[in-house]
Amino acid sequence: MIETNAIYVIVAREFKKFIREKSRLFSTIARPLLWLFLVGAGMSRLVPSGGGVSYIQFIFPGILGMTILFSSIFSSISIIWDKEFGFMKEILVAPVSRFSIVIGKAVSGMILSTIQAAIILALFPFLGLKLGVFQIAEIMMVCAILSFAIAAFGILLATFYDSYESFSVIMNFIVMPMFFLSGAMYPVKLLPDILKLFTKINPLTYGIDALKNIIFPFEKGNMSPDFPLYLDVLVIVIASFVFVLIAGKAFERKG
Amino acid sequence: MHIIKVENLVKRFGSITAVDNISFEVEEGTIFGFLGPNGAGKTTTINILCTLLSPTSGKAYLNGHDCNSESSEVRKSIGIVFQDSSLDKDLTARENLVFHSYLYNVPKTERKERVEDALRFVDLQDRADDLVKKFSGGMKRRLEVARGLIHRPKVLFLDEPTLGLDPQSRTNLWEFITGLPKKHKVTIFMTTHYMEEAEVCDKIAIIDKGKIIASGTPQELKRIIGGDVIYLKTDDNKKAMEDIKNLFDVEVSEKDGEIFISALKGDACIPEIIREIGERVLSVRMQRPTLNDVFLKLTGKEIRDEVASSGDSIKETVRSYRRRHD
Repeated sequence: MIETNAIYVIVAREFKKFIREKSRLFSTIARPLLWLFLVGAGMSRLVPSGGGVSYIQFIFPGILGMTILFSSIFSSISIIWDKEFGFMKEILVAPVSRFSIVIGKAVSGMILSTIQAAIILALFPFLGLKLGVFQIAEIMMVCAILSFAIAAFGILLATFYDSYESFSVIMNFIVMPMFFLSGAMYPVKLLPDILKLFTKINPLTYGIDALKNIIFPFEKGNMSPDFPLYLDVLVIVIASFVFVLIAGKAFERKG
Repeated sequence: MHIIKVENLVKRFGSITAVDNISFEVEEGTIFGFLGPNGAGKTTTINILCTLLSPTSGKAYLNGHDCNSESSEVRKSIGIVFQDSSLDKDLTARENLVFHSYLYNVPKTERKERVEDALRFVDLQDRADDLVKKFSGGMKRRLEVARGLIHRPKVLFLDEPTLGLDPQSRTNLWEFITGLPKKHKVTIFMTTHYMEEAEVCDKIAIIDKGKIIASGTPQELKRIIGGDVIYLKTDDNKKAMEDIKNLFDVEVSEKDGEIFISALKGDACIPEIIREIGERVLSVRMQRPTLNDVFLKLTGKEIRDEVASSGDSIKETVRSYRRRHD
């Protein structure tokens, strides 16, 4: 059962709060910029460009993925805040199905993350990348479904953790490893086998790989994409469904 | 008609029995009070009634629907003001109300009107566009009551509605709450550990350690104590005592220059006494038994102060239990 009114108002609330909280927008934009220009510029001296792609260009899809990862997770983790400050009760006693709540929260994360990813994407000319209108449209679509999947994953986390303290646990032991084991900063194919395994179960890997497929489709060698685009998209879509389903069920449980 | 019906309800958290086999009914259109110390099981009962918790055993019905299996129907018929604020402090008063009206599917054509009505009703029109975090405790509570009524519920739950409010806001809020059943055709289910507050209820259930130990109207409960006491000062106490004994057939005694008379209905008794021996009476005062006396008599302890710590520890246990099992 899906209630459009409830989904709409949950999204509207997140959007309103996001616009009011200027510092949040600033920090989610600043983090990828720091990685791109400080880490990326430094590392690119060390890493020889493989074929036609320089290191800073190589990490650009990863930085888009990072923007989405952090802002989607942050958006979903606000459920923990809502629980702590009591507002979650207002939502939970309402005659609204738990799936609508989960979808409302995931759509909020999707919209907010995609907007932020779009801002970062606008930097592409400064990195010497050339993208056509069609490519940009494809990138935005991948960003949207990836944002939804990560936001749904964040909701799942938030249903299992329910205090402030768990926030740093999630950030340090789930979000950061997800970022490093996603092919964002270094090619997945160069990782040891055990770590490769982790990248394969990480939904972010497929999102970033999809972006690589779109941004430098003709790249060969170390910095090339690892999977075909259709497989990337398929994995993200399936992951979204699974996360929403489990999170909805998890929300339904009573004490 | 019984709008709420609870049968042999039990709720255990691990080894703690928060609600221990309670049964009660609430008449439609009345104010029902759940009175007891902190940690007695009041909030747990409310959480079961409003579908947030499943009972360990027993049944709870609201408006004819099972609170455990027909959550959605029950949720449509209730409004709740929780013990801790459940407003979004980063939204304005109006935005909180609009959020609520969407969530409860208030018809589009009525949304605006109902929100404005609610704001006017709790006298917050002037502050409608201020962020809730700037509100005082009393304003927040009023806003929550208004929000709880926007979707026209059958039952409004108020869990310790005056907790943490200053005396003046408390008085105002009570005036406001006692007017609700008539104005909004709503049944009020409230919990409190303030004895004075429970006096406004049509019916009270006193709960202690998860069990209901007494229930009835405030008057009925006070009768457990044995009625009112009238204190008289007269120009000649000895003669007055004899006259009263002869005339009314009540127990009379004297202490510290005052005659005191136990009477079931003291307020009705005073005019009669005055009529008979009025010219000799120098002063009259009457003392009513309070619900505190009732609680004291039933449990052998005061309701208010002592239990705060044990209540907190139960809350903590329940919290950690839920954390482990969620």
